[in-house]
Amino acid sequence: MSVPRFWRKQIARYNLVGTHCKKCDEYFYPPRNMCPACRREGEIEDFKFSGKGEVVTYTVIHTAAEGFENQTPYVLAIIKLEEGPSLTSQIICEPEEVSIGMKVKPVFRKLGQGGERGMIYYGTKFVPDK
Amino acid sequence: MSVGIVSYGAYVPRYRIKIEDIARVWGDDADILRSGLMVNEKAVPDVDEDAATIAVEAARAAVTRSDIDAQRIGAVYTGSESHPYAVKPTSTIVAEATGATPVLTAADFEFACKAGTAAVQACMGLVSSGMIDLGLAIGSDVAQGAPEDALEYTAAAGGVAFVIGNKESELAAIIEDTYSFTTDTPDFWRREGMPYPEHGGRFTGEPGYFKHVTNAAKGLMAKIDTKPEDYDYAVFHQPNGKFPSRVAKMLGFSKEQIKPGLVVPRLGNTYSGSCMMGIAATLDQAKPGDRIFATAFGSGAGGDAFSITVTDKIEEIRDKAPKVEELLENPIYMDYAQYARHKGKIKIA
Repeated sequence: MSVPRFWRKQIARYNLVGTHCKKCDEYFYPPRNMCPACRREGEIEDFKFSGKGEVVTYTVIHTAAEGFENQTPYVLAIIKLEEGPSLTSQIICEPEEVSIGMKVKPVFRKLGQGGERGMIYYGTKFVPDK
Repeated sequence: MSVGIVSYGAYVPRYRIKIEDIARVWGDDADILRSGLMVNEKAVPDVDEDAATIAVEAARAAVTRSDIDAQRIGAVYTGSESHPYAVKPTSTIVAEATGATPVLTAADFEFACKAGTAAVQACMGLVSSGMIDLGLAIGSDVAQGAPEDALEYTAAAGGVAFVIGNKESELAAIIEDTYSFTTDTPDFWRREGMPYPEHGGRFTGEPGYFKHVTNAAKGLMAKIDTKPEDYDYAVFHQPNGKFPSRVAKMLGFSKEQIKPGLVVPRLGNTYSGSCMMGIAATLDQAKPGDRIFATAFGSGAGGDAFSITVTDKIEEIRDKAPKVEELLENPIYMDYAQYARHKGKIKIA
């Protein structure tokens, strides 16, 4: 990932900031600048999600992409936030701990880094909410 | 005008390694080490944790505990000796992730194990002078110990954040005064670009830790005319269990006074977070009116002493964020090979 590409999305990734359409009451994460339903009638505002949600589905990664080799096996899941939108994230737990419908909450972690010399990408991952 | 702790937050990773698992690898006697160091196990960071993520978790816990409007924070200072970047502040990451940006000053502090308390003192000055409303002072480390070095048995991970303010109605604990004792003592260092610190070995305790802790502690008690008996609790920097126990005895504090804050046997040395973790653990159980005496030590070397009085406000905020005892519960134990992988001691090409 390029430095500017991450940088522009930094706030959204750090603090789960998305958007909300005041007209149709729909929430978006990642943030959308325009409501796909209300189009130009939509009223978009920034919205900070609580980060509470539940696991819709998950997979356990054993053969990781470059840069994630030292984390295997790890859990990757689709999480539905309380406010509605779904997102893909790693869940920090043992593979046997995760289940569909499990409640999760956000934590601040390293998402990746540009090798030994590049920037470190920080952001939100999730843990079981016991 | 009073100055003190408006809120506090702590964070400890969930992984631990036991002393015997490290001793087994290097052929050392675990029983001798455990009784000599008075440390049984130490906290190990997850593969995606570093001093910045730990600082953010501690800072968020502090903001949550007192339900603070993060926009009131006018300074963020993070003390660490394991800042993830050599150039690029950890404190800007913390400020952004706690919602304190953009109107604030921020910088990273470094003074071995007392960088966190140096940040507390800087924030005390800024709020007392009226330059800022609230200050966020953090001590956070993923401490490094070279394989087979004595430090490997204790170098741990964890962090603590204090929100410092001066509005009396908001203070959970009043910091009555602080006193520092500093000299140029090369007892421990890490050169630029080196992965692990070096130290002067077993003879650095007296001219380093004991000299600076006792002088800072005695200096503060003389300055404000207090005695060890005036305090309900005491916390001293805890690189292991033995040093704070011994220095407490030397100064005239009892075992009971240091007990609630002595978290090192189950946690290890969290470096910049060490003394602040002891204060946080003590605040977790102190009653309004209780007095806490604390002295941090940083190699290089210096001691920062604090005299603290707990207020009624503590009861209101205490249960709103995880207590140190809760963070120490239910750890996941790992063996040396897993620990080496987590700490990046094994490089995958």
